[in-house]
Amino acid sequence: MKHVDEYRDGELAFGIARRIAAEARDDRSYRFMEFCGGHTHAISRYGIEDLLPHNIRMIHGPGCPVCVLPIGRIDAAIELATRSEVTLCVYGDLMRVPASNGSNLLMAKAAGADIRMIYSTLDAIRIAEHEPHRQVIFFAIGFETTTPPTAMAVRLAQKRALTNFSIFCNHVITPPAIQKILESGEPGAVEIDGFIGPAHVSTIIGTKPYSRFASDFHKSIVIAGFEPLDVLQAILMLIRQVNEGRAEVENQYIRAVSSEGNRKALAEIEDIFEMRESFEWRGLGEIPFSALRLRERYAEFDAERHFSIVTKQALDNPACECGAILRGVKHPRDCKLFGVGCTPERPLGACMVSSEGSCAAYWAYGRFRSSPKPSGRRAAE
Amino acid sequence: MKRIDPLGSRLDLRHGCVDLSHGAGGRAMSRLIADIFHASFDNEWLQAGNDQSAFNVDGGRMVMTTDGYVVSPLFFPGGDIGCLAVHGTINDIAMAGAKPLYMSASFILEEGFPLGDLRRIAKSMGDASRAANVPIITGDTKVVERGKGDGVFISTACVGLAPAHIELSGNMARAGDAVLLSGSIGDHGVAIMSRRENLSFETEILSDTAALHDLVARMMEVAGPSIRLMRDPTRGGLAATLNEIAQQSQVGVRIEESAIPVKPQVAAACELLGLDPLFVANEGKLVAIVAPDIAQELLAVMRSHPLGRDSARIGTVIDDDHRFVQMATAFGGSRIVDWLSGEQLPRIC
Repeated sequence: MKHVDEYRDGELAFGIARRIAAEARDDRSYRFMEFCGGHTHAISRYGIEDLLPHNIRMIHGPGCPVCVLPIGRIDAAIELATRSEVTLCVYGDLMRVPASNGSNLLMAKAAGADIRMIYSTLDAIRIAEHEPHRQVIFFAIGFETTTPPTAMAVRLAQKRALTNFSIFCNHVITPPAIQKILESGEPGAVEIDGFIGPAHVSTIIGTKPYSRFASDFHKSIVIAGFEPLDVLQAILMLIRQVNEGRAEVENQYIRAVSSEGNRKALAEIEDIFEMRESFEWRGLGEIPFSALRLRERYAEFDAERHFSIVTKQALDNPACECGAILRGVKHPRDCKLFGVGCTPERPLGACMVSSEGSCAAYWAYGRFRSSPKPSGRRAAE
Repeated sequence: MKRIDPLGSRLDLRHGCVDLSHGAGGRAMSRLIADIFHASFDNEWLQAGNDQSAFNVDGGRMVMTTDGYVVSPLFFPGGDIGCLAVHGTINDIAMAGAKPLYMSASFILEEGFPLGDLRRIAKSMGDASRAANVPIITGDTKVVERGKGDGVFISTACVGLAPAHIELSGNMARAGDAVLLSGSIGDHGVAIMSRRENLSFETEILSDTAALHDLVARMMEVAGPSIRLMRDPTRGGLAATLNEIAQQSQVGVRIEESAIPVKPQVAAACELLGLDPLFVANEGKLVAIVAPDIAQELLAVMRSHPLGRDSARIGTVIDDDHRFVQMATAFGGSRIVDWLSGEQLPRIC
């Protein structure tokens, strides 16, 4: 497949892996966090860790929007969906996110709530137009990448004067979460040497918002695409920065990311959304100025205002280690629930929910380290 | 490592209700079948966990299967619910190495369903059953009120004649056996998805729906006693089928990504939709686990049949207490190929 196969070439991968093995110093270790779930997924799907020397550790970050959505918001969505006049439109990967009392949207749908899985915000607009007697609510979720499509839906609803369409806004912002991780200073937290910076998020926001992490926190950052060769090349670039004592924002993903980002999308986001003073991230807690809500002038499309939604605090299972895992303090295998009470079918914690979550990735990949290995080529050995 | 129940957590029979994941061919469905149906019907035939069961009758050994069809949309590129029902049912019999003989079909129709569409579906079933030489010799028709069905649901049964002295079953795979696949994966699922109301995209991919009993008959002639088991990887795709085999035979399976045929259009559609072809449904493909010494010869036989032209050896059965399906990625790494969690997309068959 053109424009895809080029970035999954096994021979090229082997070449980069050899360079990584040659340039990584034996007398130290390297700890890199890939912030995005998309990178976590690529690392597990293509078996990238098999190609790395043992002294390079990848820490899976919190950049999976499904994983960091707090339970209280899912509870609120279920409450909304069970109203007789409401049709709730959601992206499919939200369906199994655990709410409190063991419920989720899939079960709420089975119990009779009108919940529909959609692929695009345009589907939600179409449903609202075709079913004017229904109150159609789009469950908006995601980082900067999925915010522009939500903005477009609001714009369309406004143009078409829809009175039965609103959004339940859960959009969050990437840089404040990176800052939270860097400032946590938690005992047991591993010192992170560098970050693989977001791919799709950066196509929207550009490279500039990351520069303070290099200047103020002295961290190496390489923005990288989601293809496996992108990830490997980014790791090599990070190793070079660390070895040379550099802390810079480098852009590996030049085919899609510019320093300024997508100005048109940013202008639209700016017009429609404003910053919340604070928002809860599952696993990371409250983070100031880290999430968006609709501006007052778009209040008619804001489900939170329209339906007077109050988000109640709901606690994770006390044995769940997702918080510590999302912060890089613990590993999925350290969690008592992993694989016992918490599986991809019935996830208890956030990290098991999405295929991009670190527990789900470890379930799908890492467990097999104690099994006979297939014939993957380890360049470092 | 902690002991992990391969089917995940138990059903909540007190408060739970059926959701779409229970029909998706993944771990949730296996759990539902084990906890509710096997628990209620318990017998040695069901315990074998195959898509059909064989039993002795005077003068021989019979195989029987039953199947339900709820695919949406009813008509899709390369087929429709009618021929799909015939092919799928025949294939369940064929996977036992058996010769399908006679079929039944029962229809649950929704009030308001166009008669023209029903005739088109019935004609397609008739054509498919005649081509396969498996007549539909009995049936039943029920009509439910508007809103209580979705156009038409078809349920079928089929009986066949089992091969003498050969028993193919999910628990027969042994370390060292070869894993053969009869062609490209994901065609059916992608063809269906391309016609979904909110997803429609242009593709030339046709469903691979086909009756495999003729291909199977050729394979049995050449290698009958060396074929341990066969499965058609329908819902849940190749990944679910290999995981089922690993569980039932208490082995591991190691596959090579680069050996698995995937059509470029299917790969492209999956890329676009965020799906993995390993989990996408097929309706005209089979997986055969065979003794290693016969693998090459059998592969040649499969390739000489029109329905097995792109057959490939995709892997090997290994010893593994964890019963994992592992894949050496084309990229040079390795990973587990787990069951599908939840549903990739509902109602593909």
